[in-house]
Amino acid sequence: MSAHDVDLAIIGAGPAGMAAAATAAQLGLKTVLLDEQKGPGGQIYRSITQPAPADENILGKDYYHGRSLALALKNTSLDYRPGTSVWALDQDLTLSLSGNGQSQRIRPRRLLIATGAQERPVPFPGWTLPGVMTCGAAQILLKSSALVPTQPLILAGSGPLLLLIAAQLHRAGVAIEAILDTTPPRHYLAALKYLPGALRNLPLLAKGAGLLAELRRAGIRRITGVSELRALAGPDGTLGQVRFRQGKKAQTLSATTLLVHQGVVPNVQLSRSLNLSHDWDQLQQCWRPHTDSWGESSLPGLFVAGDGAGIAGALAAEAFGKLAALQIARQLNVISAQQRDQQSQRARRTLNQQRAIRPFLDALYSPAREFLLPADETLVCRCEEVTAGELRRLARDGCPGPNQAKAFCRAGMGPCQGRMCGLTVSQLMADERQVPNSEIGYYQIRSPIKPLRLGELADSAH
Amino acid sequence: MPGASKFERLACASNDWIQVMVEGQPVKVRPGDSAAAALLAAGQSAARTSAVSGDPRAPYCLMGICFECLLEIDGVPNVQGCMVQVADGMNIRRQQGAPVLNDSLAAGVPA
Ligand SMILES: Cc1cc2nc3c(=O)[nH]c(=O)nc-3n(C[C@H](O)[C@H](O)[C@H](O)COP(=O)(O)OP(=O)(O)OC[C@H]3O[C@@H](n4cnc5c(N)ncnc54)[C@H](O)[C@@H]3O)c2cc1C
Ligand code: FES
Repeated sequence: MSAHDVDLAIIGAGPAGMAAAATAAQLGLKTVLLDEQKGPGGQIYRSITQPAPADENILGKDYYHGRSLALALKNTSLDYRPGTSVWALDQDLTLSLSGNGQSQRIRPRRLLIATGAQERPVPFPGWTLPGVMTCGAAQILLKSSALVPTQPLILAGSGPLLLLIAAQLHRAGVAIEAILDTTPPRHYLAALKYLPGALRNLPLLAKGAGLLAELRRAGIRRITGVSELRALAGPDGTLGQVRFRQGKKAQTLSATTLLVHQGVVPNVQLSRSLNLSHDWDQLQQCWRPHTDSWGESSLPGLFVAGDGAGIAGALAAEAFGKLAALQIARQLNVISAQQRDQQSQRARRTLNQQRAIRPFLDALYSPAREFLLPADETLVCRCEEVTAGELRRLARDGCPGPNQAKAFCRAGMGPCQGRMCGLTVSQLMADERQVPNSEIGYYQIRSPIKPLRLGELADSAH
Repeated sequence: MPGASKFERLACASNDWIQVMVEGQPVKVRPGDSAAAALLAAGQSAARTSAVSGDPRAPYCLMGICFECLLEIDGVPNVQGCMVQVADGMNIRRQQGAPVLNDSLAAGVPA
């Protein structure tokens, strides 16, 4: 099958994609919504149509807000296709999809990438040991399977999601041995200057304070100012102990599970594969595709909205998705500029309010240097087992950037296609060569960006 | 490495269970589980071994990013276990040895 008469194709059914889809479909745009997950929700509202835990207090009411978004999809003429991965994009906006073992190409008039964020990989010595996983992974097990890790359990890292997931696990009755907070103490001071912006979003500030209070009341040990995190293997080759330093004091705790988190970063795999222009976000320490205020990227007709366009959270993603859909409807002459502006007022206000608190959060929870520029012995590329020391050496020997490093040491050539090491490799090389990240650049990403059976590739050739 | 699961199941909203085989052992799982979740629930701590050093690796992200959950599912190697939902009777095995990234997995090997 080839060209389709589609006005808008949306990749990703998280808050951004769901809000965009509902808005576009209501305006009469012929809309296709694609997501590789089996149900709508994206990351925050994962499994929202069938959450696994019986007790709704565990995930909390912000999670169940996603129900209204998923419901809104039902009442439209939308062509929603779960279980569908987008594995390639062409400059003319043609998408290559695969679902149920079959490949297909569609060429919509407009395209919206709403593929969200991934957790920032957290490289430190021992992070490849079984027993170490991300906080987000534990949350996925909770939402979709009602599975929780048993004790001794340690959480380590920095950021609001770390505290949220600690609270959710606690509400689920899971004993938490300790939360190791790696936020460098000087970040509190650095964040202060952004406090006025943060005060524009009191509900979110209050939520953060509430989580901290909840964890304190629960008597969970929170060790602050943690550095030199490392995971050590037990006799069976899986995680046995967690070692770290607080101030001058080195400590070791036993653990069977260590959940790590250092914030989330845009998932740039698709936008990179098209060579869209990307900006380095210094405060968020990550790349994001360049967009205008409606989400249109450097490629006309291609929009990016939600966390994939820069981290701002779920409510911002929902608002941004709506704004992108309105602008697309405007470009396709379904509504006038005036109608667009009228209908976008609330979403624009929400987006601005949600974004206002970001500089404060980003400054406070910016990853400590040891996770951005890990110690030499740390595996940076998990797939090909390339250490930070090796990458530093390459940079010192004159290797100009990540793509050349790839050729020398295979970093980024494994199955994850650089999703786990891309940011770290760029940052290590920029640091070693003393040039800005924007100059060092990022891996060249090639499609297919998702695993495909060869049979599917063959299908798509027809 | 079979053994006591590091994961416990909370009370679930629905009471649907299906049966899959994990490393040849029957295991009751929930229809919403991914194959990677089923593996963890069954007490397997590692999904595969590293293609380079042979070290054990376990699911790290559960959202399709890290490729540490590569499994052999119903005889097909190199399947991303966290992206596949379980089905009744599914046969889930750990990825033995180095994953062969040729004819079964076309992505991930940038030209
Ligand atoms: C693991 C994780 C857990 C999180 N939990 C929370 C939380 O509890 N609370 C909170 O406030 N924030 C949470 N966040 C932050 C989160 O990024 C945002 O709050 C919100 O989910 C962003 O919405 P979005 O619509 O931009 O993208 P997402 O919600 O991330 O949705 C993107 C969707 O795109 C799909 N997708 C991606 N690539 C493809 C492709 N190639 N083909 C097809 N489909 C694709 C994904 O399956 C996903 O459903 C979490 C983030 C992560 C990574
Ligand atoms: S656990 Fe990371 S890709 Fe499956």
